[in-house]
Amino acid sequence: MSEQEIDLKKRRFLTGATSVVGAVGVGFVLVPFLSSWMPSARAKAAGAPVDVDITKLENGQLVRVLWRKKPVWIFRRDKTVLDNLPTLNSELTDPDNTEDQQPAYAKNAHRSINPEIAVIIGICTHLGCSPTYRPEVGAADLGGDAWKGGFYCPCHGSKFDLSGRVYKGVPAPTNLVIPPYHFVTDSLIRLGIDPKAS
Amino acid sequence: MDNNKNWIDQRFPLTKVWNEHLAEYYTPRNFNFWYFFGSLAMLVLVIQIVSGIFLAMHYKPDAALAFASVEYIMRDVDWGWLIRYIHSTGASAFFIVIYLHMYRGLLYGSYKAPRELIWVIGMVLYIALMAEAFMGYVLPWGQMSYWGAKVIINLFGSFPIVGELILEFILGDYAVGDPVLNRFFSLHVIAIPLILVILVFMHIVALHTVGSNNPDGVEIKQNKDKNGIPKDGIPFHPYYSVKDIMGVVVFLMIFSSIVFFAPAMNGYFLEAPNYIEANPLKTPDHIAPLWYLTPFYSVLRAIPPMFGSQLPGVLAMFAALLILIALPWLDRSKVKSIRYRSWPYKVALGIFVVSFIILGWLGMQAVTPLYSLMAQIFTGLYFAFFILMPWFTSIGKTKPVPERTTEH
Repeated sequence: MSEQEIDLKKRRFLTGATSVVGAVGVGFVLVPFLSSWMPSARAKAAGAPVDVDITKLENGQLVRVLWRKKPVWIFRRDKTVLDNLPTLNSELTDPDNTEDQQPAYAKNAHRSINPEIAVIIGICTHLGCSPTYRPEVGAADLGGDAWKGGFYCPCHGSKFDLSGRVYKGVPAPTNLVIPPYHFVTDSLIRLGIDPKAS
Repeated sequence: MDNNKNWIDQRFPLTKVWNEHLAEYYTPRNFNFWYFFGSLAMLVLVIQIVSGIFLAMHYKPDAALAFASVEYIMRDVDWGWLIRYIHSTGASAFFIVIYLHMYRGLLYGSYKAPRELIWVIGMVLYIALMAEAFMGYVLPWGQMSYWGAKVIINLFGSFPIVGELILEFILGDYAVGDPVLNRFFSLHVIAIPLILVILVFMHIVALHTVGSNNPDGVEIKQNKDKNGIPKDGIPFHPYYSVKDIMGVVVFLMIFSSIVFFAPAMNGYFLEAPNYIEANPLKTPDHIAPLWYLTPFYSVLRAIPPMFGSQLPGVLAMFAALLILIALPWLDRSKVKSIRYRSWPYKVALGIFVVSFIILGWLGMQAVTPLYSLMAQIFTGLYFAFFILMPWFTSIGKTKPVPERTTEH
């Protein structure tokens, strides 16, 4: 075997071709292994839509529902609360919902489909704690008369109004998230699925 | 590029290791088909480790949850069925490859001086692999897992006086249950694989110290050119790395055909009763270990109880396994390769291989008087191969071994 007999060009081609074919094979094998980390059929089933009956939901009352292992708040607001919302605009970071934190059908002054019924994912947009419901107007520990009711995060003190919009000067950067939902009937909410129209 | 290499070489022997084990590791030029199985065994080890890591992410080592978690892997986890079939087929493939690898050793006398330690390390690897496979088979917690575990663990109970104590020690309980499943999981996923990897490393270090044997049984290091390179040697890389890749391609074609089209292999790779959850109240109608353990299971059943104890059968089974380690010292022949051996060895090897296969087949059958008698005869022949080896390897006329490797 003398040096002259070795066709280096051919050798380089064969090495390259083998490596490429091998890499494609490894790529194909990677797909099943990596996708086994994605939510399994069981996890997806557990993340299925949740139906909530709000017939008995009274004014000011809040229920917590688990949807995809996240707490979802559903509560009823009266006219006073709804009227108060626009008055807070100057104190809020994003009063007009410009950030994409809600579906298009909830991008309005009351951040909901039915103005009275609020549906909000109860997870603080700062670091994931679940804020507490503080509907009482003028709570002393939350700024006295300026407080028109809302949510207060016990972890780092972020504040939100009763439509889930974040106050200025708190750690949370954005408004609370509104999940996809629609009304099956006037008193039955289905969490996880958008209304048919949209 | 060269600068980077120097920088690394001053801190880590990259070039040295590459040269010693690949680019300048001189391998006999006359390897044949039988020499694929060493590298294939390493490939299967990697396949088992990778697929095993992914299975452990979804499996629950709890007697109440294990069976359902395997079904969860099969039905709910994306591609889980594929990963599990790769792992279960890999177990059988491992033994097929290892048995062929060992048979190569017998054919060409690869265990003879100076390669005794390679053989001994390999045998320890084989025994560790059996333990690994057995414990892995318990994990799905089906009927065969449960009753197989029960039978194998009870073997240790047949030792006099300490038997009961050993049983409780292994079980961590008074019967096969959650504690044993949990500890088998730990041993199966970390302890034994770690031992396997270390032993494979030692196996290869020992091999690369003495150099590979070959189908002619010629020591290529005794014939070197003026540069100190064996005249019949070629660098492992690229010559055998390329050849082994070709072996890998053929192996993977067969392997994936089984994974995709016959993962249960008609009950040989995955037994049907194991798809029924473990039930301590009902033994399956017919219980047999997986095919790779059946030759030794046959030896166990062939020896009748003596003095009211199962012990002789158990000892015979362990002896059948351990006697393989003594092979390098039982073989008195002056030549290594079957090509130049005397006829008595060829006949004995043939009888041995046939006995091993028949014992394996008998181990899967239900016991009948005829099969018991056959198991006893072939157990006798199995042991005769080793006990008579010093005699039949020293008689008969051997052919002259050539100076250099031959070409065909």
